Amino acid sequence: MTGTSASTRLIATSALLAVRAIRRHVLRSFLTVLGIVIGVFAVVTMVTLGKGASRSVHDEVSGLGANVLTVLPGTAPGRGGGGEAPPPFKLEDVDAIRDQIGGVTAVAAQAQVSATAVFNAANWQTTVNGADNAYLDAQNWAVTAGRRFTGDEEKAGKSICLVGSTVAKNLYANQSPLGTTLRLGSISCTVVGALATRGQGGFGQDNDDAVIMPIKAVQRRLTGNREIRAIIVGADPAYDSKDIQQSIAALLRERRNIRSGKLDDFTIFDSKQIADTLASITGTLTAIVSAVAAISLLVGGIGIMNIMLVSVTERTREIGIRLAIGALGHEVMLQFLVEAVVLSCVGGLIGLVLALGASIGLSRLLDLPFVFDPLTNLTAFAFSGLIGVIFGYFPARRAASLNPIEALRHE
Amino acid sequence: MIGPGQVPLISLVGVTKRFGTGEAAFQALKGVNLDILRGDFMAVMGPSGSGKSTTMNILGCLDVPSSGSFVFQGHHIENLGRDQRALLRRRHLGFVFQGFNLLARTSALENVELPLLYRGEDKRARHTMAMAALDKVGLAPWARHTPAELSGGQQQRVAIARAIVTEPAVLLADEPTGNLDSERSIEIMELLTDLNRNSGITVLMVTHEPEMASYARTIVHFRDGMVDRIERKAA
Repeated sequence: MTGTSASTRLIATSALLAVRAIRRHVLRSFLTVLGIVIGVFAVVTMVTLGKGASRSVHDEVSGLGANVLTVLPGTAPGRGGGGEAPPPFKLEDVDAIRDQIGGVTAVAAQAQVSATAVFNAANWQTTVNGADNAYLDAQNWAVTAGRRFTGDEEKAGKSICLVGSTVAKNLYANQSPLGTTLRLGSISCTVVGALATRGQGGFGQDNDDAVIMPIKAVQRRLTGNREIRAIIVGADPAYDSKDIQQSIAALLRERRNIRSGKLDDFTIFDSKQIADTLASITGTLTAIVSAVAAISLLVGGIGIMNIMLVSVTERTREIGIRLAIGALGHEVMLQFLVEAVVLSCVGGLIGLVLALGASIGLSRLLDLPFVFDPLTNLTAFAFSGLIGVIFGYFPARRAASLNPIEALRHE
Repeated sequence: MIGPGQVPLISLVGVTKRFGTGEAAFQALKGVNLDILRGDFMAVMGPSGSGKSTTMNILGCLDVPSSGSFVFQGHHIENLGRDQRALLRRRHLGFVFQGFNLLARTSALENVELPLLYRGEDKRARHTMAMAALDKVGLAPWARHTPAELSGGQQQRVAIARAIVTEPAVLLADEPTGNLDSERSIEIMELLTDLNRNSGITVLMVTHEPEMASYARTIVHFRDGMVDRIERKAA
């Protein structure tokens, strides 16, 4: 008999004995591995949900379009400032950004006002964005039905509009909005196009709850002024959006005569930065929760050691019998070690199955995508086996070192 | 009496055993000389503390002498290590205990198969040999029963089946009838006698009861850590 086949046989024998011992004490075995079950379950569920959340953030951001910078007048909340309201932007600012900053794909001025949209008997409170085709380009926002504005219509400021999917759903139900006349506050406009659904924005707002009109029409007929409330800048993904952000800031400081040492009186939001921040928050939270869950895995391992030690004491006589009829020390040791590993692996498997069910259910409940990560599952399983080896070793060694005469005398 | 041409199966010469050290030291054996012939049925008797259990542990390779020599089948084994003694037990010795010592919640068959498992027999061979051993002790129909479902006498017979399943040279029985009533005791003694006569197994048995010792061919009396006297029955 070769050494390999002998040791294979030894392990097979140990596995057989271990499985028999576990079967003989089903309830105790289950209680032994409960800690591992809960530990693996908690870790895998948390990691899976965390990955789902990250994926969800990622998806939302790619839905926003390549990379969008939003320039708003005023300081970001929390940065102090206050005092008199900062001046709005001018159309020339928009042109300057378009002409002087590299790496921008589209620059659009935006005027914004809330209005009640009415169609037939239905009405819906929404936001009217005064913009142009560059606004759609900057955000990769497609028109799914109908058409965009023409250059002439933009210049003339005609009363036409594009409706977002939330508005369309609430006012038109299943009917096509194209060609209908929509009342927005005190004016009316003809719907020429329907916009693609973009989903939730980085701040949780509904991007599709909007109507877009040529900016001149909005300024003239709804806001009554020529103020530009925001500049939307599409960034070329080949460029670092941070550089673009700095260039725009420098340009606007110059145009708005802000002396050096004074704070900006405008704020630039970068969709990529927001997404990165959200993703890193999600990642950190996942890591923290998983770490807490991992502690229960450790506790589970100690539980196994505890019960295995009790088991060795309780089965002292059995060990004595085995040794007396000719079991070698390392055979007894291997039996107990394999028993611990089999137990913890079974516990790990149960934990994985429970985690799979819980992750699918919770993902649905929390409206997150379910991301099955084989590596996470494999790692958790391997880790549970490792715990069996580590915490099974000490009890197994104790079993193997028993004196057969004393073990047989043990009551 | 041992004839001049006969080589004993087991030979103890000047065996001593000392437990503990210093003040608490206890001399359990003070020089035991004993020859055991192949095919003998030997009863070991003596009061508690006379050294009979210590001698049996040494003969069973569960313990080693402090000094003296222990020859088994012509080999000196007094200095063997733990694993070597285990291998010797596995190949040549069978054990029967007063308390039966079967694995609980384990069928008679699996109990009897246990020594074969450590010998590396495959599943089919294990089953065949274990069933044959159970048949020998008259318990083949009870193979699937666990110890809790068997009477004391039946449990001891399962234990005997486990001891003989490896076809050992020597069967060591430590008060095998100590937990049984007289009727079951007689059954067990008859079984041991049968194994000794018809299967050629050398039987070494510790007992307190002269009635049980009377089944043996040789009776060794221990006193104060030494062999006091040996009775041999005419064949």
